[in-house]
Amino acid sequence: MHSLGYRVNALLAFAVTILALICGIASFSDNFNSPSPSAEVQVLNINRFRKKLTGDDEVSLTLNISANLESLFTWNTKQVFVFLAAEYETPNNALNQVSLWDSIIPSKERARFSIETTNKYRFIDQGSNLRGKDFNLTMHWHVMPKTGKMFADNLVISGFRLPEAYR
Amino acid sequence: MGWIGEQIDSIKSLNFRQVLTQAVSLGMIVTSALIIWKGLMCITGSESPVVVVLSGSMEPGFKRGDILFLHMSKDPIRAGEIVVFNVDGREIPIVHRVIKVHEHQDTGEVDVLTKGDNNFGDDRLLYAHGQLWLHRHHIMGRAVGQGLNMREKKFRDNKC
Repeated sequence: MHSLGYRVNALLAFAVTILALICGIASFSDNFNSPSPSAEVQVLNINRFRKKLTGDDEVSLTLNISANLESLFTWNTKQVFVFLAAEYETPNNALNQVSLWDSIIPSKERARFSIETTNKYRFIDQGSNLRGKDFNLTMHWHVMPKTGKMFADNLVISGFRLPEAYR
Repeated sequence: MGWIGEQIDSIKSLNFRQVLTQAVSLGMIVTSALIIWKGLMCITGSESPVVVVLSGSMEPGFKRGDILFLHMSKDPIRAGEIVVFNVDGREIPIVHRVIKVHEHQDTGEVDVLTKGDNNFGDDRLLYAHGQLWLHRHHIMGRAVGQGLNMREKKFRDNKC
């Protein structure tokens, strides 16, 4: 009952239990953070708008994306994954979400940014429904903790419209 | 010969009941681990409620060796979620993020495209030949949380 083996075993089991408990508490402490992020997106230019040979529409845009996500960071935050998705409806599809740009924010210092970029991923529809299409640009963020539960939210910026004709 | 004789003697001297009790105890431990595992499968609704990250394609968020907790609910799959999926014909599950979703009007079926955060291109190269999209039945679960990965400690980080 007092051999080295028993002692090491008891110590290890206790340590692991306490560690799991601390991780749980750390994760729980994230609930006390009430984030207030802000974001703004402008479409600076429609670079290309055409119908591909497959019959699907494709758009290339230049965007100005600025955001302040500092309030999302807590001591238990490892990184924030932020992406901008074009969201729209078509006769065939109830919902289309196409990620146009994403970025990993590793720390609070980098959480306030303003960039100008073309879309990182191709904006391709399933079909040819994009002419004159109204769409939202929703900024999503996924907060990945050092330990525990991940949480995600988004901010919808509406009022964008694609041109009536290809260019 | 004498050594074998000694071993046989010591085996004979073991109380049969003691051995049986120990075997049953061991069996109980194994079965309770199995019960907990299956119970987790039921609660989370996922085929494998806990997975280990195998590749570096989701760094710096998930590193090799990280433990992920999965959950599969009936909620629709949306962009940004981290999903674990199996490609047809491949055994190893892949943990990547959804970047494109097309949900059909009538059937509610989804076409999903995934990409690892640390990869340059999307996962079309990983899918089966000719497959452009993932569907709900490929997806085993959504990552909801992670355990602490002890590998990423101060010894490896030269900045401290």
